Amino acid sequence: MAGHLRHSCDLCHIDVEQVSVRRGGQTLLQDVSMHIHCSQLTVLIGQNGAGKTTLIRALLGEIPSSGVIRHKDTGGRNIPHLRTGYVPQHLSFDPEMPLTVEDFLAAAFSRRPVWTGTSPKIKRKIREALTAVDAAGLEKTPLGRCSGGELQRVLLALALNPAPDLLVLDEPVSGIDRNGLRMFLDTLVRLKSSYHMAILLVSHDLRLVREYADHVVLLDKSVLAQGTPDEVFASPEFDTVFGSGAEKKEAEE
Amino acid sequence: MEAIYALMDSVLPPEAYQFTFMKNAFLAILLLTPLLGLLGTMAVNHQMAFFSDALGHSALTGIGLGIILGLRNDLAAMLVFGIIWAVLICLIRQSGSASADTVISVFSSTSIAAGLLILARGGKFARYSSLLIGDVLAVTPSDLLYLLIALIITVLLWIWIYNALLLTSVDMSLARSRGIRTRLVETAFVVMVAVAVMLSIRWVGVMLINALLILPAAAGRNLARSTRQHACWTVGIALFSGIAGLTLAYYLDTSAGASIVLVAALCYALSLAARRFRK
Repeated sequence: MAGHLRHSCDLCHIDVEQVSVRRGGQTLLQDVSMHIHCSQLTVLIGQNGAGKTTLIRALLGEIPSSGVIRHKDTGGRNIPHLRTGYVPQHLSFDPEMPLTVEDFLAAAFSRRPVWTGTSPKIKRKIREALTAVDAAGLEKTPLGRCSGGELQRVLLALALNPAPDLLVLDEPVSGIDRNGLRMFLDTLVRLKSSYHMAILLVSHDLRLVREYADHVVLLDKSVLAQGTPDEVFASPEFDTVFGSGAEKKEAEE
Repeated sequence: MEAIYALMDSVLPPEAYQFTFMKNAFLAILLLTPLLGLLGTMAVNHQMAFFSDALGHSALTGIGLGIILGLRNDLAAMLVFGIIWAVLICLIRQSGSASADTVISVFSSTSIAAGLLILARGGKFARYSSLLIGDVLAVTPSDLLYLLIALIITVLLWIWIYNALLLTSVDMSLARSRGIRTRLVETAFVVMVAVAVMLSIRWVGVMLINALLILPAAAGRNLARSTRQHACWTVGIALFSGIAGLTLAYYLDTSAGASIVLVAALCYALSLAARRFRK
């Protein structure tokens, strides 16, 4: 790793060992084990209901799970507090709410109540955060008027401040076209090399996964296959879940 | 107090505000309407209009229980009960066991029934009927002092939790992922609303309190694009409705509370029209 980046994160990898989630007598996840490495784009794929979002929520500590989630630094030591940035699939807010992108980010970046105004320092920080995710100029747009792709970038700007060790993204199923997704993934790849962090992405676009992922995990309640995109896409488990030639079919769409 | 009265004499229309009770009512409105309005902006964003309505109704039960327990001070009984009631509704809402709408409705009707049951014993309800409609003309200088203290505490708390509450109302799990203790923040907000409602209810009345909380904020929302505009419009509309309503009530010899709410409702209608027009 580049020496000058070491201060921002000492995380080497996150070990997920035999994580299970049960709720109301149902098993949502069974013995999931995987490693998420720093400076890599790890992508979770699987059908709807395979437990992708559940796994993310377990990693974020939002729902109880059994098993071990360990964060190791470069020397193999445990890091007690992992800084995570989270980009949810969608927001459950009222789009008519009078709230600009700048208000939204200022509420997260400063303690001063946003209705009393935003200091020039915070305004600058917001501009920089938006520029870093190719979303400059959105400051005065009401949050509810942002397109799916714009909202995703705003949420990414939020998740990157403060700089996280692990960035978790739950990609929206709809609302963003493939071009939008491609641009978003380009942004992520750029961030991956400029920030030192691990990125975990849930994705539904298999063609783009193949193109962009460093490591792919195929999930259906438990891990069916994991490895490089080529390895996973060639596995018999992949064909079982998505049907043979799924990727080709999608590419032709 | 004399200095304030003298100042008011020099700026307010002399006929309506020659009386001390009108001056006191005016000051009460200056304190109450912006407080309720500001809290209302978040109640509206949080979709809690119905919740605050239920909270107002619980004042009846609070006073009833105060009587049973032999408490001298109605306000203390209302405050304690209002806060407990608010936290209870909040906990049930957060547990997600039933739809919020239904839970609130159950609480609302239960508290009205319990309050009426106690207060109407032996046909004595007439003594408490002023609670239903309120009487802002009965405010005394010591009441004003309490209101001022409450206003200061609420504004300080409000400043303290506002940003966390805003993120919570945008998305709860996002707020949690940023280390915000969403339940605590929500409960603190609900307690603040309960305190503001209980403090105002003697002057505004159970039936109209929610209008003062929701109407200015709802009208402000139609006109605003940012949180700052929302707060400014809301406080402006709240103050305007309060003062215009009180003054009109004097000249037209009508109920002050009802006049204030009707002016606020008119503002809401105009804001709705303005919003349509802008689109």
